[in-house]
Amino acid sequence: MASMRDIKRRIKSVNSTQQITKAMNLVASSKLTKAKNRFTDTKPFFQATRNVIADVVKGSKGISNEFMEEREVKNSLIVVITGDRGLCGGYNANVCKEAYALSKGKNASFITVGSKAREFFSHKKCNIVTSYRDMSEKPDYSDAYILGSKVIDMYTKGEADEIYLVYTRFISTLTNEPEHIKLLPLDPKDFEGSNAPHSSTLTIYEPDEESVLEYVIPKYVNTVIFGAMIESAVCELSSRMTAMDSATENASEMIAHLNLVYNRVRQGAITQEITEIVSGSNALE
Amino acid sequence: MAKLSLKIITPERHMFEGEVDMVIMRTTSGDVGILHGHQPLVTVLDYGVLTLKNEGEEDKKAALLGGFAEVNEKGMSILTDAAEWSDEIDVVRAQKAKERAEARLKNIDSNVDVMRAELALKRALVRIGLKG
Repeated sequence: MASMRDIKRRIKSVNSTQQITKAMNLVASSKLTKAKNRFTDTKPFFQATRNVIADVVKGSKGISNEFMEEREVKNSLIVVITGDRGLCGGYNANVCKEAYALSKGKNASFITVGSKAREFFSHKKCNIVTSYRDMSEKPDYSDAYILGSKVIDMYTKGEADEIYLVYTRFISTLTNEPEHIKLLPLDPKDFEGSNAPHSSTLTIYEPDEESVLEYVIPKYVNTVIFGAMIESAVCELSSRMTAMDSATENASEMIAHLNLVYNRVRQGAITQEITEIVSGSNALE
Repeated sequence: MAKLSLKIITPERHMFEGEVDMVIMRTTSGDVGILHGHQPLVTVLDYGVLTLKNEGEEDKKAALLGGFAEVNEKGMSILTDAAEWSDEIDVVRAQKAKERAEARLKNIDSNVDVMRAELALKRALVRIGLKG
């Protein structure tokens, strides 16, 4: 049986771990509130960009654009968004697994955002084109812009024939799911079905429809990436919050159990001492 | 006069939402003024100054760094990567950016991304022009 001192030390160490997890929980939850606000702030821009594309596609049948044409797929590019840090439950592993499953049977290369994805895919010996870090927790539009330009550049040069984006979708604070979407080429049918307000046929496009599309689609790609980055950040923080919350709870349970054991040992020691004294005095008589 | 309802949206914030008499902006094919009841329009914007006019009020000006605008029956929305009201502009920083970009463009070698430097110069000029 462990000695009293050992147990005491154990309790102390669990206690300090609990304090750390508690602090991390609080930090994550306050960051989460901020991230959630940003998430709602970015929605209108995304929606409006999408509506314009939908309008152009609907208004002008048979418009051609290099970003909308399907081509024979030789090389696929997968963009994976994870966090830079762990201690957030299965968040990072889930996204990586989803991306890895997606890459099966494809000649895929990867762009990783966040050091966790880079570790995962370099361990699996996958081809990583570029990796970014320090942008997962608080993504800026400029980060998404850099990433978006890289992706579009690779697409127009023909280095990638289809591009997927793997990120985590936020459902609620307790649940989120890894998801993949096709970034390029865009599927015109995707837009036809959307319930965007139908524009009249009188709409003028300046300079013309093709140039508007050519300008708007890269913007749209950037916005999608930006939205996914922000949504993933929200998920990372909420997973961290939940993970740290349960860690704190586990620590409480552990401390309660250790206290019980400690008291039992203490009682045993006292009883033993009394027995020794009594038998000692008995022997003297 | 009927007013035009206008929204200015950047990826990171809702910059403006309200009614104005007239919007003047720089598109890739020149300056355009929009009033209430304009024909539906989608246009690509260049780097330039955006002016919001309201009768009896001082003009509101902003530096608009590219983007596009959509006019439909409900009103007008401007979607831009970045925009700053005239009182948010840091002239000193813009001045420095201008000098930096000019220096880069003067001695071009293979390390200089010409397009990026030109864009930086353009941005700085819009900002300075608005303040100046």
